[in-house]
Amino acid sequence: MGKTISEKIIGKHSGKEVKAGDFVIAEIDVAAVQDGTGPLTIDKMSEVNLIQAKNPKKTALFIDHAAPSPRKELSNAHKKLREFAKKTGSILSETGEGVCHQRLAEDFVAPGNILIGADSHTCMSGALGAFATGMGSTDVGIGIALGKAWLKVPETFKIEVAGEFGHNVGTKDLILNLIGKIGADGATYKALEFCGETIKNTDMASRFTLCNMAVEAGAKTGIIASDQTTKKYLAMRKREHDFKEIKADSDAIYEKIIKIDASKLKPTVSCPHTVDNTTEAAALNNIKIHQVFIGSCTNGRIEDLRIAASILKNKKRNFDTRLLISPASKDIFIQALQEGLIEIFVKAGASIVTPGCGPCVGVHAGILGDEEVCLSTQNRNFKGRMGNPKGLIYLSSPATAAYSAILGYIADPTNI
Amino acid sequence: MSIKKGTAWKFGDDISTDHIAPGRLFHLRTNLPELAKHVLEDARENFASEMKKGDFVAAGKNFGLGSSREHAPTIIKLSGISGVLAKSFARIFFRNSINIGLPLIECNTDLIEEKDEIEVDLKNGIVRNISSGVKIPIAPLPDIMIKILNEGGLIEHIKKHGDFQLL
Ligand code: SF4
Repeated sequence: MGKTISEKIIGKHSGKEVKAGDFVIAEIDVAAVQDGTGPLTIDKMSEVNLIQAKNPKKTALFIDHAAPSPRKELSNAHKKLREFAKKTGSILSETGEGVCHQRLAEDFVAPGNILIGADSHTCMSGALGAFATGMGSTDVGIGIALGKAWLKVPETFKIEVAGEFGHNVGTKDLILNLIGKIGADGATYKALEFCGETIKNTDMASRFTLCNMAVEAGAKTGIIASDQTTKKYLAMRKREHDFKEIKADSDAIYEKIIKIDASKLKPTVSCPHTVDNTTEAAALNNIKIHQVFIGSCTNGRIEDLRIAASILKNKKRNFDTRLLISPASKDIFIQALQEGLIEIFVKAGASIVTPGCGPCVGVHAGILGDEEVCLSTQNRNFKGRMGNPKGLIYLSSPATAAYSAILGYIADPTNI
Repeated sequence: MSIKKGTAWKFGDDISTDHIAPGRLFHLRTNLPELAKHVLEDARENFASEMKKGDFVAAGKNFGLGSSREHAPTIIKLSGISGVLAKSFARIFFRNSINIGLPLIECNTDLIEEKDEIEVDLKNGIVRNISSGVKIPIAPLPDIMIKILNEGGLIEHIKKHGDFQLL
């Protein structure tokens, strides 16, 4: 019987044939925590007397959510991660090196791997043809120590995309649109396998955006077959040897098949306070915005910054709209500097925020005031997300965000 | 597992981990008793001070969606809530709750009103609404999760066996 990508990968890691619905104990390749979840992971590991890493070179601790630290409690949490990394020989990704998911994709995860991370958007690395899923501190702590985790093999929804995206429309619009259709719990426990001509023709950046947001439909992971684009990406990261071809069998069994025509998609926006509360950007031009954030693990890649720069070049942000931009990793930051994008942003009136989570998680660097409205390229607009339950968060693509920053209200970027 | 009785507090659909353990209180994540004083604050402002030990949360669909922060179920448990009833739960929250030993009860919460007295009988898979007299069946948990819950969570399980002994 044919297998989905998830069934193939989980089967390999549990030493037997598996099918959707099976429970297994699987070996894991990469385990990760960040500064919000890592300290609790370490506490849990101490409880069982297991301060150890089975595979230290594939165990990574990221200081990204509250970096640089805005207060002493968080500085102490950071200290704890540094000490653990030293003690166990694990990898520490310091302040300024970038958001965990971007760093994991850049340097850690390979096609065919299983990655577990104590962060819900761990599913992003599925774009490399890996099985990547978010878990809590306890699961990941045990995973770091023993090199395994218990898993239920998920059923898969096949998301088949055909057609070409219009001008300034892309995979962020696609995924917001899909979540709007199926709902924030429309794929709970499922794997979303993205495929079709459009996906084949997209770059890795666009694929990461898709898989990143799978969890916003409740999914366990987003996943994409590895191909020449994956290979090129790994080669660019000097990891060509990590490439492996992974794809679903043509007779794999899917719980559901959803077809999407990319050419029909319009710039899409999620309105407060849920990601599935979507509408077209063009319908929101009465919404004034006080802050725009371009960045996060969802849309802080060089390709995203290039789109934003193409719109912001020789323009200024609206007087009443603050503009915050954060490259998702140090390497992206360097590239943006070399390409002159940062200069374009600063001249347009933007503040550049340290590579990392920035304002996305509401700890520092861009907390909203009461009743203030933010348009962000991040993945979540929950009440209180950006540090204030009285703030209002809209989500969009980098193109929509950049264009809206100039006008001061939410605007459709297809006609520029 | 014993039968538990308590008062139900109603919540709506899509209660996220940001409602339960807000990001702006990130610095309290290393001080869980303090964080517990803010449990569910962004969904119901004074919940932590008004609820009593042994009470239940009764919510709509997709409870616990959002981040992987295990702090969310942990502070619900720390605050003394006996269990969370909901029409459905988000995946990571579900796993985390079982791992830390917080009972989750998937059932039709439309049959529970604010402040109803309820009795949760996990062994027989039934919620008895004492106030209305209605009995509500509970969707069974997978075996693997029952094992973890019965042993008091994943840490206790590993303490006891030194490895996974779940299948
Ligand atoms: S950028 Fe936002 S969504 Fe991504 S890992 Fe950081 S806090 Fe989470």
